[in-house]
Amino acid sequence: MSTIQKSKIELAKAPEGIEGPGFFATQIDKVVGMARANSLWPLPFATSCCGIEFMATMASTYDLGRFGAERLSFSPRQADLLMVMGTISKKMAPVLRQVYEQMAEPKWVLSMGACASSGGVFDTYSVLQGIDRIIPVDVYIPGCPPRPEQVLDGILQIQELAKSESIRRRDTEEYKNMLAKYNIE
Amino acid sequence: MSKEKNTNTDIIEKEYTTLNLGPTHPATHGIFQNVLKMDGELIVEGESTVGYIHRAFEKIAERRPYYQITVLTDRLNYCSSPINNLGWHMTVEKLLKIEIPKRVQYLRVIIMELARISDHIICNSVIGVDTGAMTGFLYIFQQRESIYDIFEELCGARLTTNIGRIGGLERDFSPKAWALIDKFLAEFPAKLKEFENLLMRNRIFMDRTIKCGPISAEMALEYGFTGPNLRAAGVDYDVRVMNPYCSYEEFEFTVPVGTQGDTYDRFMVREEEMWQSLSIIKQAIEKVKKEPAGVYHADVPEFFLPPKEEVYNNMEALIYHFKIVMGEADVPVGEVYHCVEGGNGELGYYLISDGGRAPYRMHIRRPCFIYYQAYTEMIKGALLSDAILTMSSMNVIAGELDA
Amino acid sequence: MSNTLLDNVNEKLKAKFGEGILSAEMHYDFPVFTIRKDIIHDVIKFLKEDEELAFGFLTTMCGLHYPDNAGHEMGVMYQLHNMPKNYRIRLKTFFAIADPQIPTITDLYATANWMERQEFDFFGIIFKGHPNLKRILNMDEMTYHPMRKEYPVEDGTREDKDDKMFGR
Repeated sequence: MSTIQKSKIELAKAPEGIEGPGFFATQIDKVVGMARANSLWPLPFATSCCGIEFMATMASTYDLGRFGAERLSFSPRQADLLMVMGTISKKMAPVLRQVYEQMAEPKWVLSMGACASSGGVFDTYSVLQGIDRIIPVDVYIPGCPPRPEQVLDGILQIQELAKSESIRRRDTEEYKNMLAKYNIE
Repeated sequence: MSKEKNTNTDIIEKEYTTLNLGPTHPATHGIFQNVLKMDGELIVEGESTVGYIHRAFEKIAERRPYYQITVLTDRLNYCSSPINNLGWHMTVEKLLKIEIPKRVQYLRVIIMELARISDHIICNSVIGVDTGAMTGFLYIFQQRESIYDIFEELCGARLTTNIGRIGGLERDFSPKAWALIDKFLAEFPAKLKEFENLLMRNRIFMDRTIKCGPISAEMALEYGFTGPNLRAAGVDYDVRVMNPYCSYEEFEFTVPVGTQGDTYDRFMVREEEMWQSLSIIKQAIEKVKKEPAGVYHADVPEFFLPPKEEVYNNMEALIYHFKIVMGEADVPVGEVYHCVEGGNGELGYYLISDGGRAPYRMHIRRPCFIYYQAYTEMIKGALLSDAILTMSSMNVIAGELDA
Repeated sequence: MSNTLLDNVNEKLKAKFGEGILSAEMHYDFPVFTIRKDIIHDVIKFLKEDEELAFGFLTTMCGLHYPDNAGHEMGVMYQLHNMPKNYRIRLKTFFAIADPQIPTITDLYATANWMERQEFDFFGIIFKGHPNLKRILNMDEMTYHPMRKEYPVEDGTREDKDDKMFGR
C-alpha cells in the first residue's frame, strides 16, 4: 500500500463572498486589505548595521520582493511602511519624526533591531532609547541584527495588520487618541 | 550653452541653489548630510554635517571590561566586523604582552581576509547600483551569504560577529567550517569574474567613473587618507606591509595601486584586493596544515576563560574564571597603540590602561571619519551625479564615521 | 630600531627646544614625548619640516582628561608618522582645565580639522586659530562636554530604564 504524500502547499484562500460566472462580490474592506497587504511600499530608513541585514533580505536568497515589497520608496509621500533600521540618535530624531509626519495614511511603522526598539546596547546620552519615544510603532523586530527570517516574519505581521485593520483606521477614536499622545496632528 | 547668445548677462543675476543632500537620501549609504551650493547642475561648494549616529563608543568603553568592548568594535565598520574585533583583541594582547601561537594567527588571517572580501563586495556592487547597474549587486550579494555561512559556523553570528577572544579564538574551526571555506574558495573566483565582466570593461561604467572625484596623492596624504582610497591615488601604504601584525610578513601578496585617485581607480583597487585576499586565504590554509592541530588559543589562563567543564570540576579553573569575570586579573598600567588594515584603511586603537578592569581612555582612529573631511573638496566643480558616485566609491560607513 | 629613533628625535628636539621637552620615554613600541603646551605647534612644525625626520602624516590625535593632576588636567596626544622611513612617534601635552586653549595644527596638517573639532566636542579643548571650531558629532544644542570624567555615559532623564536595575 503506497501512501500518497499530501502536498504541504496551501493555496491562499479568497475572502468569503458570492461567486458567479464573471463576478465575485465580497466586502470592500477585505479586498482593500488584501491589496494593501500584498503591495506594501517600504521606506527603508536604514541608519546602521541593520541596514546591511535589510540589504541581505532584499537580495536573492531571502527576497523580500516575493511578499510584494519589491518597490522601495525613498520618498515618504509614496511609501506605506516606514522601516526604521538601526540606531536613532537624538540628533536624528527630529528628522525621523518629520519623515513619519510626511507619510500619508495608511501607514505602518516597523522597528527593526534592538537599537530602534529600545536603544539596544547603547544606553548613552546621545542615543534615543527606542523610536516609540517619538512615533507610534506597529511591529518590533528584536535582534542585533535580526536574521533575515526574522525580518520576513515582521513583514508578515505587518501584512496581517494591513489585512485586518479597518480601512478608515485614521478616523477611529483609538487611533486619534494615540496620535494625540505623540503630539502628532 | 554659450554665453554669447545671452546679451543681457548683467541684467540676469546669477543665483546659486542650495540643495540639501541628506541625511536620509537613497544615495547616501548611511546618514550624513551635505548642504550643497549649486550652479545649475555643478557643485560650487558644500558643507558636511555628521554625527547623526553618534553612539559614544569612546565613553561607553571607559565603563566596560576589555572583553565586553569587542561588542562595540563590531559596530564600527559593520561590513567587515571581524577585522575590527581582531584588531581590538590584538591591541589588548599587545598591552598584556600575550604571545599568540602561529596557528591561531593564521586562522585569524583567514577570518580577516574573508571580512575584507565581504566589505569590498558591498562597496563595489553599490558603486554599480549608483550608476544604475542593479544586476551586479544581486549576483555578487549571493556570495556574501556564503561568507555569512562561514562566520555563522565559526562564531554564531552573521554580521556583527564578536569573533575571537583575548588570547585567541573562542573555538577551533570545525570540519564543517573548513568544508564551507573550501566550497567558497572553489565557487567565488568564477562569480567574481562574472561580476567583473559586467562592470570592469563596460563602456558606460567606465565613462561614468573615470575622472569622477579624483584626488591627488599629495592632497590625500594631507587629509590623512589611508586604505584603498589612498592606494587608488598612488601611494602604496598598507599597514599589513608596513607594520605587519598577525604574521602577515610571511604571506606573499601584492598591493594594488592606482594612478589618478578617481572612482574607477578605487573600484579597481578594491577588485584587485579581493583577488589578493583569496590568494592570502589559500596560503593561510596551507600554513595551518603544517602547524600542530587543535591549538586555538594562547596558554594564558589569566585572561582566556577556561572551558566550562573544567570550571565545574577544577579548582584553579574556577579561580581563574572568577578573576577574569570579576576583573581581578593583573592588567599592567600603560598605553598602547595598535593598527590594522581595515576595509577602509588604518584602523587604530589607542588604549590607556590604569590597571583596572576597564580602559582609562580608549580612542579609535577611524579611517572613514578622517578621509570624509576631504569629500567637499573632491566634489568642487563636479556634477551632482558624480558627487553621488564619489561618495559611494569612498565607502563611507556611517558607523565608523560617527562612532 | 625604535630606541635609536627615540634618541635621535630626543637629541634634535632637545637641541632646538631645550627645556620645553619635559620627558621622553618608550611605551611598548612607541617613543612618547611630553611637550610643554606653549611650544607644541613649533615642535610639530619642526618635526614635519626637518629633512631627516619629516613626519608628514598625522595618524591621529585625541584628548585626555586626568582630573586628579592639578594644573595639568587636560591633555592632547598627537601621533605622527613618517611613511617612507616608517617612523612613528607620539607627542603629548598637558594644560590646566581652567584655560583649555592650545594652538591648532590645521595649518600643518589638513586632516587635523575634524580631529580637533571632535576633541573640542568631547572635552571642550579650544584650538586657537581653528577655521571652524564647532561641535561635530554631538548635537549643537548640547551644553556640556561629555567625555570629561565627571559626566556619566547614560542620559539621566530617560524614563524607560530604571538605574537600580541596571546596576548604576
